[in-house]
Amino acid sequence: MKALTQRSESVVALVLLAAMAGIGLLNPAFFSLSNLFSLARSNVVSGIMALGVLTVMISGGIDVSFPAFAVAAMYLTLRLMLALHWSGVIGPFLLATAIGLALGLVNAALVHGLRMIPLIVTLGTGALVRGGLLGLVGTSQINIDRMPPELIRFGSAELVAVKDATGAHIGLSAMILLYLLLAFLVHLFLGHTLLGRGVYAYGDDREAARRAGFSPRRVVFVVYGLAGALAGFAGLLHAAMIWLANPRDFIGLELDVIAAVVLGGASIFGGRGSVLGTMLGVFLLVMISNSLILMHVPTTWQRVVVGLIVIVATALTSWRDRRRLAQGLA
Amino acid sequence: MPILRASRGEALAHTRGLALLIVVIFAVMSLLVPDKFLRPYNFISITYVAPELGLLSLAMMVTMMSGGIDLSVIGTANLASILAGLFFHWLGGAHGPALAALGLPVVAAGLGIALLIGLAAGAFNGALITGLGITPILATIGSAQIFTGLALVLTGGPAIAGFPDAWDFLGNGAVGGLAVPLLIFLAYAGLIALLLARTAFGMSLALIGTNRKAAVYAGLAVRRTIFLSYVLSGLLASSAGIILSGRTNAAKSDYGVSYLLQSVLIAVLGGTDPAGGRGSVLGTALALFALMLLASGMQLLRLSNFLVEAMWGAFLLASIALNSWRARR
Repeated sequence: MKALTQRSESVVALVLLAAMAGIGLLNPAFFSLSNLFSLARSNVVSGIMALGVLTVMISGGIDVSFPAFAVAAMYLTLRLMLALHWSGVIGPFLLATAIGLALGLVNAALVHGLRMIPLIVTLGTGALVRGGLLGLVGTSQINIDRMPPELIRFGSAELVAVKDATGAHIGLSAMILLYLLLAFLVHLFLGHTLLGRGVYAYGDDREAARRAGFSPRRVVFVVYGLAGALAGFAGLLHAAMIWLANPRDFIGLELDVIAAVVLGGASIFGGRGSVLGTMLGVFLLVMISNSLILMHVPTTWQRVVVGLIVIVATALTSWRDRRRLAQGLA
Repeated sequence: MPILRASRGEALAHTRGLALLIVVIFAVMSLLVPDKFLRPYNFISITYVAPELGLLSLAMMVTMMSGGIDLSVIGTANLASILAGLFFHWLGGAHGPALAALGLPVVAAGLGIALLIGLAAGAFNGALITGLGITPILATIGSAQIFTGLALVLTGGPAIAGFPDAWDFLGNGAVGGLAVPLLIFLAYAGLIALLLARTAFGMSLALIGTNRKAAVYAGLAVRRTIFLSYVLSGLLASSAGIILSGRTNAAKSDYGVSYLLQSVLIAVLGGTDPAGGRGSVLGTALALFALMLLASGMQLLRLSNFLVEAMWGAFLLASIALNSWRARR
């Protein structure tokens, strides 16, 4: 039991359950099937990006460029599809993932090659990619009438569909399966591969990890590459799910995603964090943001709430890390 | 002390490099758009527009010196000017002559409110970082959300338009032919240069950034110094907000968002080591001037704002690449 209460995942889960109960008491509409389904759906895109950010943060880095990479992968892929009259699903997703991966590898090359603080590097690459996209490729939104129909069909696939009392259609997006699958794969990678353990080791103590035989270069390239690839994939998925592609999307999303990852127990000092914790963090943050209206809180408060969550969560993780250090468990 | 001499020589080389950069930008822009770029108006307008960004860059430099960063400067600047604006609107009405003619004591009180907000915001960051042990990046990402969020809650979204004339003087006025914003910037720059070079605070800040453990063992007041550097950063940010709102006669929760990247860029280009230990007021001022020349030239060339933003990103990457190449040599 003690082990259970000390795990940050269980703490986040408890907070999540308490928040659900509280919101549900304030407004029973929270527990309506349509609200729960839409909540689940809102997790997918941020959640997939968060998996990448989690990996970067476990390695002791940070990435603020992934929203720009996501939007670049989404918009470039769609513009190419329209220009070449290219349709399909798997091909475009592979391309978007590859664009994200390539950009992520640029981050890695700069972070590893220049030994430079990841925040500064990713601020630079993010601005370069977003500015370049809007300035050179275009600013016009691709609306539903021009979106490739196959992509829309894929993005609106549903797992279950029911009719409510008024006969309105309520469906659970099948994209959740993709999110769960990717989360499981990242979990396997981090927990059960040598390289994944190397990411933890590198984040915990670089020198020790190097002496234990983990290549710092490989870790840096894998984590930033993975973050870019996941962002690229999530970017196109976002367009497929909302049936339009806006090259100005995702501005400021890095804050929400980093907040969610920190909330899930990852430490910016590296070496700590889990996929389950991150998924719970994403869920909690999405739920609170989406439920402010249900709780009759003006939406203008959303940023204040997110900021408070970041600070409380980071204060708690920092307190936990220091206590572990003091106890010699770190 | 050879180490000190080496770093002084390095700083001199950096200053020379920045001066060269200014000359190159000046020459290129004079060739590309000679008639518009060389007009005196162009340079006068830089003395009004650059100082707010300069103050934010100094704030970034001061916090980077200890190995930290302040990502909440824009939020602090906007919150400070919005609260001052609300105070003026409360006393003088939302618009009209009564608001414009608010007297000096009222404007001074508004100034006090804005600067206090800056100090409080900085103290909040400092407490999060030194008291609760949160890393500067996450602490100021979080506080930036809170400050911007509060600004949004207070205004509901739209800009607070209309400030007293005396307030606008701080952003638009001139004394002895020099822009008031420029004078404010020069005063702050001189003060910070003194603080860094001549006080225990400045020495400690550089030492903490160079080697924190050594600074602790040497008995320096590490926490207090870092705390004060964020308070100073908040003060600078709120002053930038005052100038910005005076210049535009308005305050809004999302003004100056693109300044964040630019202030990081100017600090780094000016020779500040984001890993801590090094920072130069002169370098920051030169980097500011270089980038403002470049920005005005690109504007005259009718380059899209997006491409300008991309340029800043590329410039930031280039300047850290240069720094790292130099450090390895």
